[in-house]
Amino acid sequence: MTTTISGELTRPGLGGGFRDLRQSSFLLKLLVRKELKVRYRGSVLGLLWSYVKPGVQFVVFYVALGVFMGLERSARNPDGLSNYAVYLFSGIVLINFFSEALGNSARSIVNNGNLIKKIYLPRELFPVASVWVSAVHFFPQLVVLVIGCLFAGWHPDMFQLLAAVGGFAIVGFLATGLGLLFGAANVYFRDSENLVDMLLMVATWASPVMYSWTMVQAKLGPVFFAIYQANPITVGVELFHYAFWYPTTDGSAAMPPNLFSLWLPIGLVISLVVLVLGQLTFRRLEGRFAQEL
Amino acid sequence: MASAIEVSNVSKEFVLRHTRSIKEAVVWLVKGRKGDLSKKFHALKDVSLMVETGETVALLGLNGSGKSTLLKHISGVMLPDSGSVYTRGRVAGLIEVGAGFHPDLSGRDNVYLNGAILGMTEKQINERFDAIVEFSEIGEFIDTEVKFYSSGMYLRLAFSVAVHTDPEVFLIDEILAVGDEPFQRKCIAKIQELAEKGKTLVVVSHDLDLVSRICARGVLLEHGNVMFDGPISEAVTRLRN
Ligand SMILES: Nc1ncnc2c1ncn2[C@@H]1O[C@H](COP(=O)(O)OP(=O)(O)OP(=O)(O)O)[C@@H](O)[C@H]1O
Ligand SMILES: [Mg+2]
Repeated sequence: MTTTISGELTRPGLGGGFRDLRQSSFLLKLLVRKELKVRYRGSVLGLLWSYVKPGVQFVVFYVALGVFMGLERSARNPDGLSNYAVYLFSGIVLINFFSEALGNSARSIVNNGNLIKKIYLPRELFPVASVWVSAVHFFPQLVVLVIGCLFAGWHPDMFQLLAAVGGFAIVGFLATGLGLLFGAANVYFRDSENLVDMLLMVATWASPVMYSWTMVQAKLGPVFFAIYQANPITVGVELFHYAFWYPTTDGSAAMPPNLFSLWLPIGLVISLVVLVLGQLTFRRLEGRFAQEL
Repeated sequence: MASAIEVSNVSKEFVLRHTRSIKEAVVWLVKGRKGDLSKKFHALKDVSLMVETGETVALLGLNGSGKSTLLKHISGVMLPDSGSVYTRGRVAGLIEVGAGFHPDLSGRDNVYLNGAILGMTEKQINERFDAIVEFSEIGEFIDTEVKFYSSGMYLRLAFSVAVHTDPEVFLIDEILAVGDEPFQRKCIAKIQELAEKGKTLVVVSHDLDLVSRICARGVLLEHGNVMFDGPISEAVTRLRN
């Protein structure tokens, strides 16, 4: 929404999709800041809470799952995963990011209905701002994860760090694409919200967060395992394992075959396709947002 | 003179009974699409309106005649079913008081947020911030959360942000009703000042005396049809009868 040269007639209300986002980066920043301010308003610890919560979560995992349930590798449990708490947490932070990003962006259009009904602005801003807010919340969890990793003797190389960035990007694109899709659909059918909740529940278990990928390969045939692997979230989680957990182990654990040569590109392409489809659907549906809300 | 707004043969139909669940829609499909899932309603019928740059136009009509709907088409919030809408220059709407305000944020944060929503850049808001606060007469309350404002104060700040966006075309829908007498007078003076500066104004109000003072041209809507388009005094007389 920049000042057009007077002398030029334009059609109001026809958005330029992601092109508008670059012009409205200031508004995007304010929307993200608004969300964060509103969320931590009136709490003494403020943003510190987002460090405390994952920190406690990590310790609980370590004690309950690693020590009590004995999922940690030990003399009595040679099949267990070493540093199980790190393994678990590195997957969970990514799933948390995905859940929050998709859950909030799917609701963002309906939640901002009052504004969308009255003032024209690029509506993509709302789902995209939700994803950004989730990225901000992801950061403290990452800090806790890194601290946990360092205690476990983490010594990553450059390539492993890049793998983390790649995993984050794949999941971020997927969340944005699905967020646009479900955010727009939610205006017409409020069932979409429930669909998203269900999807998120499945997503946690459809990736090797709690268990290891070898268990899946043993149970599924090669065809179903390939389908399992093509899930961008699975790829993201495995990349996170490779970046955070693998460098804390003795290196004897196996990474999924062809993770970098095959599954990384496939995950990335699927995420980007979802992003493009989400954006196209969004643009198709947004013309009627104001009257349907 | 160039035209600022060109509305040509715009029609708009609304669906009245909404289904918000997939279940209802599926049941309807399975039953062989019997009955009406939704009733249609014509809010605008073949409406054409040409506004020159610098004109001041009042949209008049009874409740539900389609005035707000027409403004939403001009601002781009809604798209027409048929016909076309073109505008020249930046359009800003005071469609409803403080639509972009968040109650949990301070007045200051809301000025920035609302300014950006109405299309101002960071630099523009920084430059005009003091003028906005001064015009609103909010004073020290600027750093208080907006939810503690009285409705008049809310309106003052919202109106103040909107007039400082400096658009070429200004759309105003029923916002002058709140606010105390002195502030109302100040708003009207500001609107008249905008008109003198050559801004295009489209005003919706049920206060006929007020619009007669601000606007030169009146457009009378009835059930989505343009019934009259001409001098404001004549439009007002027609509506009163
Ligand atoms: N999103 C919508 N869905 C269905 N019907 C709508 C929608 N928006 C408006 N309408 C209908 O369109 C008609 C015109 O509404 P509009 O708000 O334009 O009236 P108005 O002239 O502004 O009235 P008022 O003086 O009360 O503000 C009304 O009958 C209203 O019920
Ligand atoms: Mg109205």
